[in-house]
Amino acid sequence: MTLPEYNFAYLDEQTKRMIRRSILKGIAIPGYQVPFASREMPMPYGWGTGGVQVTAAILGPDDVLKVIDQGADDTTNAVSIRAFFAKTANVATTTKTADATVIQTRHRIPEAPLSAGQVIVYQVPIPEPLRFLEPRETETRVIHGLEEYGLIHVKLYEDIAQHGHIATTYAYPVKVEDRYVMDPSPIPKFDNPKMNGSPALQLFGAGREKRIYALPPFTHVVSLDFEDHPFEVQKFKQPCALCNATGVYLDEVVTDDRGSRMYVCSDTDHCETRREEGHRGPGLPISGAQTVKEDAA
Amino acid sequence: MSVSINTRSEGHVFEGGFANPVMDSQGVFRRVMNALGEPGTVADLSGFVTPPAPLSQAAAAILLTLADYDTPVWFEKPENNDDAIGWMSFHTGAPRTADVFRAAFAVLEKMSPVEAWAKFPIGTSDYPDRSATLILPVESLAGGEPLRLTGPGIETEKVITPLGLPQGFEAFMTENRAAYPLGLDVLLVCGGEAIGLPRTTRIEEA
Amino acid sequence: MYVAVKGGEAAIANAHRLLADRRRGDRDVPALTLEQITGQLALAVDRVMAEGSLYDPDLAAMAVRQSRGDMIEAIFLLRAYRTTLARFGNSRPIDTAKMRIERRVSATYKDIPGGQLLGPTFDYTHRLIDPAMAGDEPVDEPLRRAREDERRAPRVTDILNDEGLIERDVLSDEEPGDLTRDPTAFPADRDVRLQALARGDEGFLLSLGYSTQRGYGRTHPFVGEIRIGLVDVEIDVPELGFAVSLGQVRVTECQMVSQFTGGGEEGAKFTRGYGLVFGQSERKAMAMSLVDRALRADEFDEQRLAPAQDEEFVLAHCDNVQATGFVEHLKLPHYVDFQAELDLLRTLNTAKAKNDEMREAAE
Repeated sequence: MTLPEYNFAYLDEQTKRMIRRSILKGIAIPGYQVPFASREMPMPYGWGTGGVQVTAAILGPDDVLKVIDQGADDTTNAVSIRAFFAKTANVATTTKTADATVIQTRHRIPEAPLSAGQVIVYQVPIPEPLRFLEPRETETRVIHGLEEYGLIHVKLYEDIAQHGHIATTYAYPVKVEDRYVMDPSPIPKFDNPKMNGSPALQLFGAGREKRIYALPPFTHVVSLDFEDHPFEVQKFKQPCALCNATGVYLDEVVTDDRGSRMYVCSDTDHCETRREEGHRGPGLPISGAQTVKEDAA
Repeated sequence: MSVSINTRSEGHVFEGGFANPVMDSQGVFRRVMNALGEPGTVADLSGFVTPPAPLSQAAAAILLTLADYDTPVWFEKPENNDDAIGWMSFHTGAPRTADVFRAAFAVLEKMSPVEAWAKFPIGTSDYPDRSATLILPVESLAGGEPLRLTGPGIETEKVITPLGLPQGFEAFMTENRAAYPLGLDVLLVCGGEAIGLPRTTRIEEA
Repeated sequence: MYVAVKGGEAAIANAHRLLADRRRGDRDVPALTLEQITGQLALAVDRVMAEGSLYDPDLAAMAVRQSRGDMIEAIFLLRAYRTTLARFGNSRPIDTAKMRIERRVSATYKDIPGGQLLGPTFDYTHRLIDPAMAGDEPVDEPLRRAREDERRAPRVTDILNDEGLIERDVLSDEEPGDLTRDPTAFPADRDVRLQALARGDEGFLLSLGYSTQRGYGRTHPFVGEIRIGLVDVEIDVPELGFAVSLGQVRVTECQMVSQFTGGGEEGAKFTRGYGLVFGQSERKAMAMSLVDRALRADEFDEQRLAPAQDEEFVLAHCDNVQATGFVEHLKLPHYVDFQAELDLLRTLNTAKAKNDEMREAAE
């Protein structure tokens, strides 16, 4: 029995070519979901196989890869995907947003603005923004084709009627270049504005659903809303307990069973960078800064 | 799978491909991706391949990176491209098609008449991605009349000055833009360089 | 003082080490050999090959062992390996009429040319746990037919076809679709549907097939024939000008004779439901043939009302590797999105409390 050997970045060249062609069509039609012949990957569907395939198709030996899940570089699935590429592509990895040429992400966009030349690859579970309104692909394809997006506005408006608010807090639909309604992946709506006019190339991969889509740099991306209910992002009342940052997305950490909570940056690189720069949050002990820094390996 | 080769067209059909197919195609792809992601920027695709004439290095590198068994390639003047077609078939396995409606990639001639481009597939409203990518050679990517580009991939505007565009190119691309999301995507090539003009790009005289 | 959890890499490595330990179990007990798995858990190996859509008993046995007997995990392992394999060419369609038959039953005729053969079946076993299974008692050698008894066994559907009583199989030289190479577009053709069903989860298809029997897309099925046995796999070699045999595979084929149709010029005819599965798996082949027939509703102008008739529903959900991935991905961290929901709920409740207060004050 011959033991398996794998290509650079795991995928065979024909698969990469097929994915690359899909990426180029995606770039030419921003926000449109290009069907692609997604392969079975050595990690489960739903765990980033779309993102992994896109990353594998673009990654080269000179790239520096960052992988985050929930904004953090050290969540287990991010660790696992980073290790996969370090092993199969022997690529340099980093946790620093600014140092990365390719960033694969699940559920967040880094706080530090992305720059020209960077590529961010989103892992997408359900690429179809209309899926929960209309489960049939045959129907949603026609809706996109005819640009008949009334349905999704009805859904958002029903929320307002029922709750007084748009009740969608993540995977909040956007409209791209005034044409396609697009699922931004399950990022909190807090991150939606970062998509608009970003100088970075944004690529989206949905493995199980076999779709790739893209936003070229400087693409016009607008979150859907209504005149009387404009789009708003989450605001946090307190700064990050560790680095004192405001205007960032925070994780709520339950610290005991008596209702105590603290809020810390979801973007671990952003938090660590700020602490290295000397920013200190109210949750840091007076003389404990050193131990915290050691921790930030 | 064996590929049957027309041995008439001599040795250079077999030579001049990627020295390192895995890394070279990745390198070319990233440059092409940037070219289409940031329309108007000039991508340097030189030095990867040595194709038979009249194929330019840029056109050849694009074909070797993106074409294969699944992508019929249409040549505007197959009679002038015997070696080029043989070379492409050998290195990519891509079938040459005489049927313009099936073209995934079209290798055009300089000053290709744009009236004929209307036959290329532009996709359908359900599948606008099922459309052709045109590879159009020009005299030079600089030195011509300035064209102002706007659209996705461009922060404000970008000016390009390609020389030797076919008659009516601009008007065709304006119509192409109007058919969005259907449409053709174009790569201007000259020597080892390429400029991407996806269907989203608005082109006007500067 | 809160410190973010670190050390994901070490945790993963340790978890995998523990997994390897549990997989091996008591070191004083000899490890399972591949021969033991392919020989004594053959139907498990068959299922892994069928739904993994790769015919390789040794690899499937390795996957069963590696997955600690978790079938879907084993199928996943085989699939992930399969996808990396280079394609050298396509075989000719296998000819099940030329099968070396190990089992063959028909429910539509009492006797048929070639005979009914029970073969190695659980049917008519009394499901009493056999005390002998606790040990390793000697097992009698099976009785075998003499070779000359292996008569030609035409397919029952061919017999019906000769009489013009069943829809004709559509012969086609067209290249069948391949959902592992092309994204599925709906409506899908029957070739792609059959491929999806052949790879589909046995349990899911079983339930769907069952539902058609209970009236959710009834198809009036009769088992025309089930046959299990070995067939040759041949590949054309253009340089030689003829086909060469690559070897044999065991398959189970079920031809369901279903609800008749027509009555016009062509005359009334039974319709077909088809199931074909790698290895020995009658349950899967039968369920597949029921679902195949139910999915052909449009062809026969039947109303599509039941889940088993709904092509998008069936094709999008029959793959257990996809299903397990997406169901299980819910255990991955979702705290960023959960935070967004928490925030919204608190906002809504604060707004409600304020409203209530104002209303009380006004009253």
